[in-house]
Amino acid sequence: MSHRADKGGEGVNAPEALLSVQGLQKHFPVTKGLLKRQIGAVRAVDGVSFDVRQGETLGLVGESGCGKSTTGRLVTRLMEPTAGKIFFEGHDITHMSQSKIRPLRRDIQMIFQDPYSSLNPRHTVGAIVGAPFRIQGVQTEQGTKKAVQEILELVGLNPEHYNRYPHEFSGGQRQRIGIARTLALKPKMIIADEPVSALDVSIQAQVVNLLEDLQNELGLTYVIVAHDLSVIRHISDRVAVMYLGKIVELADRKSLYDSPMHPYTNALLSAVPIPDPARRKDRERIRLQGDVPSPLNPPPACRFHTRCWKAQVICKTEEPPLAELAPGHQVACHFPENVEQATAPAAAKVAQNVEEALHPKKPVV
Amino acid sequence: MRPVNPASRGSLLEVEDLSVVFRQRGRADVRAVDGVSFSVSPGETVGLVGESGCGKSVTSLAIMGLLPKRGVRVEGGVSFDGTDLLSLPPDKLRLLRGRDLAIVFQDPMTSLNPVVPIGTQVTEVLTRHRGLSNGEAREEAADLLRRVGIPDPSRRLREYPHQLSGGMRQRALIAAALACRPRLLIADEPTTALDVTIQAQILELLKTLVAESGTALILITHDLGVVAGTCDTVHVMYGGRIVERAPRHELFAEPRHPYTGGLLASVPRLDQPRGVRLQPIEGSPRDVIPWARGCAFAPRCPNRVEECTPVAPELLGDRHGLRCVNPLRSDQPATKAVPR
Ligand SMILES: Nc1ncnc2c1ncn2[C@@H]1O[C@H](COP(=O)(O)OP(=O)(O)OP(=O)(O)O)[C@@H](O)[C@H]1O
Ligand SMILES: Nc1ncnc2c1ncn2[C@@H]1O[C@H](COP(=O)(O)OP(=O)(O)O)[C@@H](O)[C@H]1O
Ligand code: SF4
Ligand code: SF4
Ligand SMILES: [Mg+2]
Ligand SMILES: [Mg+2]
Repeated sequence: MSHRADKGGEGVNAPEALLSVQGLQKHFPVTKGLLKRQIGAVRAVDGVSFDVRQGETLGLVGESGCGKSTTGRLVTRLMEPTAGKIFFEGHDITHMSQSKIRPLRRDIQMIFQDPYSSLNPRHTVGAIVGAPFRIQGVQTEQGTKKAVQEILELVGLNPEHYNRYPHEFSGGQRQRIGIARTLALKPKMIIADEPVSALDVSIQAQVVNLLEDLQNELGLTYVIVAHDLSVIRHISDRVAVMYLGKIVELADRKSLYDSPMHPYTNALLSAVPIPDPARRKDRERIRLQGDVPSPLNPPPACRFHTRCWKAQVICKTEEPPLAELAPGHQVACHFPENVEQATAPAAAKVAQNVEEALHPKKPVV
Repeated sequence: MRPVNPASRGSLLEVEDLSVVFRQRGRADVRAVDGVSFSVSPGETVGLVGESGCGKSVTSLAIMGLLPKRGVRVEGGVSFDGTDLLSLPPDKLRLLRGRDLAIVFQDPMTSLNPVVPIGTQVTEVLTRHRGLSNGEAREEAADLLRRVGIPDPSRRLREYPHQLSGGMRQRALIAAALACRPRLLIADEPTTALDVTIQAQILELLKTLVAESGTALILITHDLGVVAGTCDTVHVMYGGRIVERAPRHELFAEPRHPYTGGLLASVPRLDQPRGVRLQPIEGSPRDVIPWARGCAFAPRCPNRVEECTPVAPELLGDRHGLRCVNPLRSDQPATKAVPR
């Protein structure tokens, strides 16, 4: 694994990173009264850094409101970040102007959660899937219709249905139409925000399989945002776990699911219902107390400390940095789980934290 | 071990051949629920599982007498502790609903009154149905909120629904439903809108409730994972009918209906090795044929044979009920491992 801990990367990107995000922030102002006086800010995304390599799938998981969708919208430049940098193919696209961003819009496409509301009901499938050609002024060799029909075929829709309207399709088929639309301009990267969660269980698998096939065929790079940990495990090569606007753990799929180090990841995994009553018994369940705190006023230092069963004084006073504790495995925690996976220096640091928590130098206040 | 068939202990609710037909002007009737029968005993949790539109919610609304009277035809029998609910006058039914029957809906925002504080919504039930004084009701309401895991209950009682998070609203709703100590609770997708960690808390709460107070629980969900951890008996619905019914362990260990097997094989699972391609069910739940012309699942069924149409199979079998002429064999794995 050649994962680079990006400390002070200063825009020098590893060649394999198609997308690189550094210290990304998005704060939404919260206003009150007629004068719209700002009384605070929702720190939806609060310093997020990650790389996505050419051809891989990065999964972004976390509970509702942790900032997954906002991260996706920032990366696709549908939203202006408050701070931080976004590099695509080595170019800084963070504040690229609307005119310059046009070609970029072809390269990075977004798939939305709701296949019902994201398609215009008054347009035919042909018009919807063909729209990107027209908007971008792209000339196709054999005409737009032929090109669109090829894409429909690619996503498993009947090309003959070119003139039908969205309501004539089922949810899974509508999501295929949404995917077809993103494929029109041969993007390099697709950001998919909850691509299956609005679909019926029996058809989610159709869309998951389609995304996998398209990646293999077209060499696409994906960032997939989802709250479903089973779907994320199935589809991702690497996984980032978010909590209250921050990444708390980032690792390759196997390490993350086999030996999760952040307590929050452990709790999340143990809460997933397993459809097998025989196997549930021998699973250790971690019960988290309470809800996710408001991002308007996140807890200081480690944001998870209000719900964490391992929390010590240091967790409330010192923010744990997102550090590479094992090769390719980044964790933001003073007292990680599965610490036997950690490198010697990281394990020593954890041991020191434990020692200091057990025998505090000064009396605990 | 739990008794194999808790119904033998004497059931509290018996649903007998229940059908619900929506009549719509200018369009064909919709038979949303079609001959559904099941029973629930005190302390038992019965699961109704299926995809959206299969008739789960309409079944629960019919049991509770909450369907509109116009344009809806309800047939069959629903008997609660010997009383026929379908023929009960509306005022008697309303009384029963406040006291013995309760329902929790999927979306807590639509079932809580947005302009009334949480506390009032809970105490109202207590003063109206249990005849408590206002002071007693407030005390009991705070206790209920504490029981469902809402911290700082006396402050929360004064707050409005929008001031609570989704998980807390759902818990407040459960608190309101529990206020009258119902003997039957219907929970319709109670955790679908919630995060997994909150879902785990709510399911735990429902389980405790059933264990401690012997409440009969009907849990409606599309998530087989939720069912696996909570239900004693599971009924799988498709196109308005029950297609398979079995004790929980048996259903998961040996699903026999191709739809049940298909559902299990189509979801990625944390308890299985990952190198498995998902096996989707072809088509969509909209591709059904009317039961009058054969098995509604036939257009999507990998096991389809000639006998599946034009006469629909009956639900056969007592302990493990099955509506299928060519079920999965035990050597036909529901989850086929296909290497990547
Ligand atoms: N336009 C906005 N104005 C103010 N706050 C916002 C805005 N968009 C998002 N937020 C807030 O930012 C936080 C993160 O939102 P985001 O939509 O990214 O969450 P998410 O992780 O995608 O959640 P979900 O799983 O529910 O989709 C939330 O607290 C949300 O309420
Ligand atoms: N008021 C109504 N009028 C007409 N059809 C209805 C009405 N309510 C529900 N239906 C139909 O009844 C079927 C079952 O719905 P429902 O019980 O809500 O499904 P679910 O299993 O998702 O809870 C669906 O086909 C739905 O469209
Ligand atoms: S830093 Fe402390 S509070 Fe935060 S996750 Fe680690 S142990 Fe828990
Ligand atoms: S009856 Fe036939 S079509 Fe229906 S589920 Fe059984 S095998 Fe499939
Ligand atoms: Mg989102
Ligand atoms: Mg429903």
